[in-house]
Amino acid sequence: MNDMTQAPVRDAAYNFAYLDEQTKRMIRRALLKAVAIPGYQVPFGGREMPLPYGWGTGGMQLTAAILGDDDVLKVIDQGADDTTNAVSIRRFFARTAGVATTESTPDATVIQTRHRIPETPLHADQIMVYQVPIPEPLRFIEPSETETRTMHALNDYGVMHVKLYEDIATFGHIATAYAYPVMVDERYVMDPSPIPKFDNPKLDMSPALMLFGAGREKRLYAVPPYTRVVSLDFEDHPFEAQQWEENCAICASHDSFLDELIIDDAGNQRFVCSDTYYCAQRVSQQEQGQ
Amino acid sequence: MYVAVKGGEQAIDNAHRLLAKKRRGDTSVTELSVEQIRQQLPLAVARVMSEGSLYDEELAALAIKQAAGDLVEAIFLLRAYRTTLPRFSPSLPIDTADMLLSRRLSATFKDVPGGQLLGPTFDYTHRLLDFALLAEGEYPGPQITPNASLDACPRVLGLLAKEGLIKNESDNSDTVADITRDPLELPASRAERLQALARGDEGFLLALGYSTQRGYGRNHPFAGEIRIGDVEVWIDPEELGFSICLGSIEVTECEMVNQFVGSATELAQFTRGYGLAFGHAERKAMGMALVDRALRAKEFNEEIESPAQQEEFVLMHCDNVEAAGFVSHLKLPHYVDFQAELDLIRKLRKPAEGSNHE
Repeated sequence: MNDMTQAPVRDAAYNFAYLDEQTKRMIRRALLKAVAIPGYQVPFGGREMPLPYGWGTGGMQLTAAILGDDDVLKVIDQGADDTTNAVSIRRFFARTAGVATTESTPDATVIQTRHRIPETPLHADQIMVYQVPIPEPLRFIEPSETETRTMHALNDYGVMHVKLYEDIATFGHIATAYAYPVMVDERYVMDPSPIPKFDNPKLDMSPALMLFGAGREKRLYAVPPYTRVVSLDFEDHPFEAQQWEENCAICASHDSFLDELIIDDAGNQRFVCSDTYYCAQRVSQQEQGQ
Repeated sequence: MYVAVKGGEQAIDNAHRLLAKKRRGDTSVTELSVEQIRQQLPLAVARVMSEGSLYDEELAALAIKQAAGDLVEAIFLLRAYRTTLPRFSPSLPIDTADMLLSRRLSATFKDVPGGQLLGPTFDYTHRLLDFALLAEGEYPGPQITPNASLDACPRVLGLLAKEGLIKNESDNSDTVADITRDPLELPASRAERLQALARGDEGFLLALGYSTQRGYGRNHPFAGEIRIGDVEVWIDPEELGFSICLGSIEVTECEMVNQFVGSATELAQFTRGYGLAFGHAERKAMGMALVDRALRAKEFNEEIESPAQQEEFVLMHCDNVEAAGFVSHLKLPHYVDFQAELDLIRKLRKPAEGSNHE
């Protein structure tokens, strides 16, 4: 552990990681099913958490269920460790589980995230936990859950391809920039959570276990390590991740996902890495190199 | 700049302190006690207990105080606390026929066995601001008759059922699911539906119930009976072999009588919608009963064409803790997704290479 890692004292008024053991066991059972059927949405008895629905209650329940004494937790929101909601969730587990927390991607054993996958490649001993608002990739095409469950069961994904085709017919491109649908293990179409499509390729054959939790919708799903995850596309309109003409204004990275900042009234922009750990790491390497 | 939110630990702590200050208001004014809220805002307490799914007047009053009067926030506080509680045992079904009534009315019969009992109600009050309350005077109630007793008050719809005029509701003795433990799967059983509606937002149910009265899924309701009062709660612990009474709770029950079903082979019968809420909560119980009846459309082979009749639409959207959470999450940063959208829209606006831009 490096100096960014610290173990706080656990608040003994709560069970370890807040949820009671029976609830955690129920979630782990559902997780095992999810891992056994990659990309399939498993209903689970989601509990009310002391944070609002939509603020990561699904991810938090998964993290609570898998966390052990010796885990090291990293929490990011928009790629950053110090966004308010990431701070709040990290504090929650520091308080209720007393686990060590870190900002370092390689040092973390569990990484809970909202909207990003870290730039630093993941390794086999790591688990990513994604916060998911709407787990159903077909939801905005078919609002009924009864219908979409049947469509998944019958492998009936025609509407999704029609939607992507209509995008191309209307705009010339597939008009989805985040929560871009993927095919998991050649069977289930899955919503990778609202990560930018830039991050989609990181899901394919990743050595880390990927867990997805939707608290309000009471669904969880998983991508086991080394599973094929293919972003949906067409032969003549292949999937393309975003690229920037600019470099990061802080670390000069040209390969990472950049956030745009508007810096003055004239609308001038600057671009910086969304992954704060990755950016800081590059800066410190550059300083050491000098 | 929004990124200034980074380094948010200090900001979060300060926000919490500012909130505590706002809640307290002017410190030269006496602090509101939880007991005052419990005693003097009983209808707010009732709503928080119902939608918070926890019968505890003191904790509901505490939640209202902590939430600075924001009832949806108070409901959320109570729910989050409730999740941490162990479950000892399911109760036996409460028997509302045995209720110690404080109010009872039927709009379907002029007189019913046991009589009508107006009780404490806003009905028939003229909604004129009572400036005497500004002076904080004491309001003694009417004289109480000691040893007064009520005649037996059988449920009104039971009387209709005796004549076969209303569809009988029978207990299929299935184990009752608990939607707070197991995910709601659709189509849901009536028991699950009623649980969801009992936790559902009063305003949402009121509006949906109202929509059925205006023709969106019309089912001709009559307030067959509304009763408010205390009922005993009993449990039957396996290890004891006999039932024990835990105490009593105040509930509001509403049974709507609705228009008939019938066919060539079956005589026409009224149908019913059911509403139950903790405490004195008439509007909630009535809205719930209207929506319950609307959701029985499939059971009665009615055409499903209005929002109140669509089970998935109603059940997936009636919970205000879920709704408030998901709407409020829009306040969280979305700049990564927005950046992706910016990139996309700029790309879409670029004329395709080689094509003439007309």
